[in-house]
Amino acid sequence: MRIRIEKRLEIPRYAGIVVPIISVAFALLIMGVILLVFFMGRLGNLSSAFRETFEAYKEMLTWPFANRYGLFSTFMRMVPLAFVALGLSFAYRMKIWNIGGEGQLYMGALASTWGALFLFKDVKSPLMMIVLLSIIGATAGAVWALIPALMKAFARTDEIVVTLMLNYVAIFWVDYLVYGPWKDPKGYGFPGTAPFPSQARLPSFFDDEFHIGIFIALAIALLLQYIYKKTGWGFNSQIVGDNLLAARYSGINVRNYTIIALVVSGAIAGLGGAVQMMGVQHRLQHGFSPGYGYTAIIVAWLAKLNPLAILLVSFLFGGLLVGNDQLQMFYKLPMALISVFQGLVLFCLLGGEAVFKYRLAIVKEVPESE
Amino acid sequence: MNDLPSFVISTLQATVRAGTPLLFAVLGTIFTERSGVMNLGLEGLMLVGAIGGFMASYNTSSLVVAILLAMLAGAVLGFIHAFFTVTLKINQIVSGLAITMLGTGISGLWGKDYIGVIARRFEPVKIPLLSDIPYIGRIFFEHDLLVYISFLLVPVMWFVIYKTRAGMTLRAVGESPDAADAKGINVFAVRYLFTILGASITAIGGAYLSLAYNSMWIENMTAGRGWIAIALVLFATWDPFKSLIGAYLFGGITALGLRLQAIGAHISPDFLKMLPYLLTIAVLFFTSTDTLKRKVGAPASLGIPYSREDRT
Repeated sequence: MRIRIEKRLEIPRYAGIVVPIISVAFALLIMGVILLVFFMGRLGNLSSAFRETFEAYKEMLTWPFANRYGLFSTFMRMVPLAFVALGLSFAYRMKIWNIGGEGQLYMGALASTWGALFLFKDVKSPLMMIVLLSIIGATAGAVWALIPALMKAFARTDEIVVTLMLNYVAIFWVDYLVYGPWKDPKGYGFPGTAPFPSQARLPSFFDDEFHIGIFIALAIALLLQYIYKKTGWGFNSQIVGDNLLAARYSGINVRNYTIIALVVSGAIAGLGGAVQMMGVQHRLQHGFSPGYGYTAIIVAWLAKLNPLAILLVSFLFGGLLVGNDQLQMFYKLPMALISVFQGLVLFCLLGGEAVFKYRLAIVKEVPESE
Repeated sequence: MNDLPSFVISTLQATVRAGTPLLFAVLGTIFTERSGVMNLGLEGLMLVGAIGGFMASYNTSSLVVAILLAMLAGAVLGFIHAFFTVTLKINQIVSGLAITMLGTGISGLWGKDYIGVIARRFEPVKIPLLSDIPYIGRIFFEHDLLVYISFLLVPVMWFVIYKTRAGMTLRAVGESPDAADAKGINVFAVRYLFTILGASITAIGGAYLSLAYNSMWIENMTAGRGWIAIALVLFATWDPFKSLIGAYLFGGITALGLRLQAIGAHISPDFLKMLPYLLTIAVLFFTSTDTLKRKVGAPASLGIPYSREDRT
């Protein structure tokens, strides 16, 4: 009898759940080692470094979920993550690599600010205002994604770098506005616009700590779930993602699918920007996003592009961002820790998936016939 | 108008400086991609190079150690990328993104204690005779050592890729791993080697930023240069000499933006800062149709993991 490694013919269904969980746990373990080394350097003593690492972990993993304020902060961070990740998933399932979620989020925020402060400033009805700002935010995100979409559809330009470059352009554009023409004259030189009028704010509860944006995200997730499972688009886009050639042979207009996938992707992220403005920020500010657009890439991957799973994972990662803020404040750890963790999660996830393609098989030695 | 020649010359001189980090990154990535491995992690590689070099220079005051440590930091990330893409055969795009995140994070973590400190830097060295050539001398030969190394690296890499046995092996692996394997070339070893080598050259580009261009460590100081370099690899069609043109084109636009700001042009600095990113998009657009037509340069197996089990 001996053990050998062989390729699985079929990936078991439970792998879809087991691999992400194991990979997050593994990433936490590796980051623990990194933190330990970091604290060793600071404290110079292994046992106190151990204690500090343990305390920091406890803080990071429990605080965001275990008390009222932490939980609300987690929800607040979850909403933009969920929007962008839902948007990205719409393109990713066709293997279109939109990594411009950050820029599309910024453009949605920019456009909704323009609407709230200038274009629709005479609209008095809150419902009307919220609908208008949502539309204009989603449109801006869609337009921002339309640029790489057209380039990819008509010139086969690789979308990865184009979407990423547009992130920088969007961020500089917002900077230009909030440091320049849109700067709040009453803002004491602070780089931000004037606050949104009250009719341009989302209804909120619990002392304004919880806004209805989460329900909009839920509605979009359900809609996407329906589209993926029950419509021709869902079926065809899956074919485009799995086998481009098969899609072409079956008569799917891949060009149109590419354009629509990116535009819808950008629209959802842009809507997220508008919701973030109406629900939380109430004004456009320099650097209002701590990289939601990049964290959302991990969220979408960990959730296997499943819309409802995206909501769950963005809740967990929202908590992680809050936990990271805690560490920054109380343990003087750098912001960059979250990037380390995200990179580790992605690698563990990919590694886990690769390992799962194989299995250990016990092979009985067949005695050679005499 | 008396000032015009000196304005032009100083802008061109700044062009070379601004183009150098891109040049290293593009050259390194040409090695990596020639072997058939796509690496989108340049931003992360450059950042670990920048902080690795800066830390070493600060702690040892030796610029040689600084460059070696920058290369080592890049090589470690390059090894991780090779392990995941060559051995585990996972999606090279996603692995590259993970490298970017990891590199960004680790550089930020290490760099926390190095913000605002001063380390030994590369000082400009005039090359005798050459720097006396009118105009050209000031533009090209009044720089620091790393710039001269990048000048030399271009022909050296061209020679290695096109004129040596090692280069032929490299190209064979990138074009047709099946055939290379059948001929007895160890495809996996070649891909590992050039992914690691390419990553360490790319990391020098980051070190140039922290040790010469900015002469300090700033978190995320690459500011998208890694991504611009990815576009430039396409622009250069994997050819070292063309990468020189691409890198200086971008160096030029950056330098011009900074110059215009300095002389007080009535354009918002935020719009000037957008220029390199917009130019990257334009370059990608024009090279995509172009490369499609000619199909020159692109290693045929780029982005496709090699698996002996799946040979046909």
